[in-house]
Amino acid sequence: MDHLPTLVTEARHAIQAADSIPALEELRVRYLGKKGEITALLKGLGKLPAEERPAAGERINQAKQALAEELEGRRHALEKTALEARLAAERIDVTLPGRGQPSGGLHPVTLTLERIEGLFTRIGYDVAVGPEIEDDYHNFEALNIPAHHPARGMADTFYFDATRLLRTHTSPVQVRTMKEQAPPIRIVCPGRVYRSDSDLTHTPMFNQVEGLLVDEDVSFADLKGTIEDFLHAFFERDDLSVRFRPSYFPFTEPSAEVDIQCVMCGGEGCRVCSHSGWLEVMGCGMVHPEVFRHSGIDAERYKGFAFGMGAERLAMLRYGVNDLRLFFDNDLRFLRQFA
Amino acid sequence: MKFSEQWLRDWVSPQLATQALADQITMAGLEVDAVEPVAAAFEGVMVAEVVSREQHPDADKLNVCRVDDGSGEPVQVVCGAPNVAVGQKVAFARVGAVLPGDFRIRKAKLRGVDSRGMICSASELGLEEETSHGILELPGDAPTGESFRAFMGLDDHTIEVDLTPNRGDCLSVKGMAREVGVLNRLAVEGPEIVAVAPTHGETFPVRVEDEERCPRYIGRLIKGVDVGAETPLWMVERLRRSGIRAIDPVVDVTNYVMLELGQPLHAFDRANLHGAVIVRLAREGERLVLLDGQEITLTDATLVIADERGPLAIAGVMGGEHSGVSPATRDIFLEAAFFSPLAVAGQARHYGLHTDASHRFERGVDPQLAREAAERATRLLLEITGGEPGPLIEAVSAEQLPGERRVRLRASRLEQALGKALPSAEVGEILERLGMAVETSAEGWVARAPSWRFDIAIEEDLVEEVARIHGYNRLPVRRPAARLSLRPDHEARTPLGRLRRQMVARGYQEAVTYSFVSPELQQALLPRVVSPVLANPISSDLSVMRASLFPGLVRALMHNLNRQQTRVRLFETGLVFRGELDALQQTPMLGGLVCGTREPEGWAGGRDRVDFFDLKGDLESLLAMGGEPEAWRFEPGEHSALHPGQCARLLYRGEEAGWIGTLHPAVRAQLGLKVDALLFEVRLDALTQGRVPSFSPLSRHPEVRRDLAFLVDESLPVQALLDSIHGQAGEWLTESRLFDVYQGQGVPEGRKSIALGLTWQHPSRTLNDDEINQLVDAIVADARQHLGAELRG
Repeated sequence: MDHLPTLVTEARHAIQAADSIPALEELRVRYLGKKGEITALLKGLGKLPAEERPAAGERINQAKQALAEELEGRRHALEKTALEARLAAERIDVTLPGRGQPSGGLHPVTLTLERIEGLFTRIGYDVAVGPEIEDDYHNFEALNIPAHHPARGMADTFYFDATRLLRTHTSPVQVRTMKEQAPPIRIVCPGRVYRSDSDLTHTPMFNQVEGLLVDEDVSFADLKGTIEDFLHAFFERDDLSVRFRPSYFPFTEPSAEVDIQCVMCGGEGCRVCSHSGWLEVMGCGMVHPEVFRHSGIDAERYKGFAFGMGAERLAMLRYGVNDLRLFFDNDLRFLRQFA
Repeated sequence: MKFSEQWLRDWVSPQLATQALADQITMAGLEVDAVEPVAAAFEGVMVAEVVSREQHPDADKLNVCRVDDGSGEPVQVVCGAPNVAVGQKVAFARVGAVLPGDFRIRKAKLRGVDSRGMICSASELGLEEETSHGILELPGDAPTGESFRAFMGLDDHTIEVDLTPNRGDCLSVKGMAREVGVLNRLAVEGPEIVAVAPTHGETFPVRVEDEERCPRYIGRLIKGVDVGAETPLWMVERLRRSGIRAIDPVVDVTNYVMLELGQPLHAFDRANLHGAVIVRLAREGERLVLLDGQEITLTDATLVIADERGPLAIAGVMGGEHSGVSPATRDIFLEAAFFSPLAVAGQARHYGLHTDASHRFERGVDPQLAREAAERATRLLLEITGGEPGPLIEAVSAEQLPGERRVRLRASRLEQALGKALPSAEVGEILERLGMAVETSAEGWVARAPSWRFDIAIEEDLVEEVARIHGYNRLPVRRPAARLSLRPDHEARTPLGRLRRQMVARGYQEAVTYSFVSPELQQALLPRVVSPVLANPISSDLSVMRASLFPGLVRALMHNLNRQQTRVRLFETGLVFRGELDALQQTPMLGGLVCGTREPEGWAGGRDRVDFFDLKGDLESLLAMGGEPEAWRFEPGEHSALHPGQCARLLYRGEEAGWIGTLHPAVRAQLGLKVDALLFEVRLDALTQGRVPSFSPLSRHPEVRRDLAFLVDESLPVQALLDSIHGQAGEWLTESRLFDVYQGQGVPEGRKSIALGLTWQHPSRTLNDDEINQLVDAIVADARQHLGAELRG
């Protein structure tokens, strides 16, 4: 009994000196285990006189308690050190690039077409598509462009034979839709169109989006509102000036070209807008009664408007692309800029 | 059309600066493409008179002249032009003058003789492209000492208007002036045109055989013209400013009147006309040598001006060489006709021609204009070339002339169309300003279109005119109102946008390639496939419609490889075109191409080259989007563009839907490609199909898994083994995983080992070993019996 303090001191030293969890476990067994030294002292209590037992028992239990705490404390300390060592050893360079397949990207024309489609479908337009090899009737006749009409010279057409051609605009989709569907009609028609023209500012293929709305009581005012809203939304500029210039398309009347204030120079005049401050971005107009007649829609009851725009042109203005031909080279260094 | 601003202002001159005038014209729907000064900047050039001319003492080709420029003492100048003469009025650049190109005139000594200034040629003043015949000669009445710029009116602009096809009436100064007058509420006044009194009675017979195509033909014989006369400088200048070169006085006058009034004219050499002028359709196969020297074979759809020997000119398009005016011409027959637009439409193009005359007739020339134009041209010709005018003769068919067009405009319709009611007085006034005779009616107005406005025929034409003159930008703005109605949406369908994004997520860049490709490239990839061929391609490289997305993708690959981009992953969506035109299929497809390493160069591996199974994995990720991967099957196939041992045909519900494989090494070599590429394409209609997800309850009972390894012939497709296993494994098989394919030690030559993990689970009870053992026995037996597969120990 008298060596209890010595035992505790010795045990404390041993515990503090232990440098691993197994060593600590050994000490626990040595002192507090079933055959441990402290346990032995407890077992020896019975040999003491009855009046001394409580006090002695208490001292031994206190010592046991103290050593248990000492052990636990040391265990924590060792675990903490071990964890810290492990963490230090497991350090990686988090600035190294990640592994695996990096994602690609959509073509800027697709981004533009999707954006335009999205703006219109969100307010109730549907997307309609049609064939690219068209016939004379849908591309011209039904759009009030009979044979030998001077407007046929407006777009140089690719032909396969006397009547089959590559569509020069997405307007044939209008005709096909109006023949199949009764008003009200609200559609946008995105797609490839073809014109026999190739220079700095023309490619023989490009993408167009055409819109058509047919309903009772539709006016030129509705067309103006739709176009203005669209251009403001597309360029995310509510203060963008938009102007409507009388023009001519055989399939609309009244017809207009739409100009926006140059988005490159803010209307000051620059190379992009030929120093006019304005950029022509789309054509539009009220559906010509002759087109309604070809499509079997009563032109007295229904009115409609249509508009059309070139996706590449809008993409160039939106993203600042300065060469149309880049869109069809498919150079990865170009495409990756739109990811 | 190009015209001179000053010329326009002679007719009507609003108080607007040049640019403001151009803007006003543009905003009226006549788009001004360009406004250019008619002369380059220069200063210090005066009208002067040559008062003496002597031979230079030391140079044969030089003259020493004295020139009176109005400043006092005549100035001595050395001049090398052969045409300089005493008494001539010239453009004289004083010392200190600055000519175009920043060319400063200084005192000089030429072969020892002082020269103080320069007598200018037209090209030195930037008035002519090439140097022609020496110095510019001014008319004798040019005022000595006046600034040459002011005298010539060179502070003028050429305005170029890009007219839409409906506005043929504006293809003249008169027409443009009419429009400017309407916009500014100004009176428009041109030169006074009075009939020329004939000085002889001789005519030439005219016979119009096709009155429908030529309702009016006016002719006049002018005898004794001097074709060698000089066209006056003012006319040469106006022509130049309108983009037309002076040629000879007769041609110049006809061009001038066409520009001024809009009526194309033609002059024949009387000496080459035989019998009568006949307006008729050509006979198939008749030949004609045109003014430009080319010989054409006419068709019977072409209206010609002929005489009794044969065709002389294509009516309204171009004259013939033989009957035209030449330096030897003495007597001319002047033609001013109205050819109906349909008679001329398409004819010029048929012969590959496009002329100022055809451009106007196709769009419609005022049918009432011919007489006025003939008188105007006669007057000008007499002034320049002299001659004796005969009487005008006219062949006219009143009933074939365009009829009077009376068009109603309902006030209610106008309001509905524009979204605004315009004051009635304004509407009537606009229509009247446009030259229409307007009556008001109970419902609105009835307007009679003027003869020059071919484009006014229906109510909408009037709506447009009213809107245009009122100003589009002054019309109200409104948003369309519509019923909010939901439309069906097919959840089973995978939208194209999602497929595209899946490709993007898999590391592909989207390409957009031309739908027409080079026939050689398509032939190399798809030698047996027919697709439409363009009749008029822009180049032979882009002349055949793509029958597959492969040619475009391969071309894009080559473009990138040529630019040191060695790792290429591209996809494209779009139509492919197959079959003859009469059985044409235009099929939307999605295709992809990969080349290079599996992953971009990096520290963490991925440097192996992509192989078939990388691409197949990408493709399978697309196929899985429809939620029914079992609807798709790959089977070994043969495709002309693909490696026969690394090519699969893709089936959707048993029908061919696409191809995947490695580019055929022989094709690769033919295309000069040095690296492997892998390609796939699939029909979009199949890719976008799918099913709506359908829940099946989760079983609470344990799964049982058995791993089986089979030895099979190495040529056996794994799919066959899987089919056999799935046929025997019963309805509780929930998963089969192919986890190993092995050849080598322990596997006999010619065989391969295929290891699978099969998992069963029953929805409502625990499966016992006996059941599973029976299924496994059945699987093994079937594989042995049908596929010669042995279970590996």
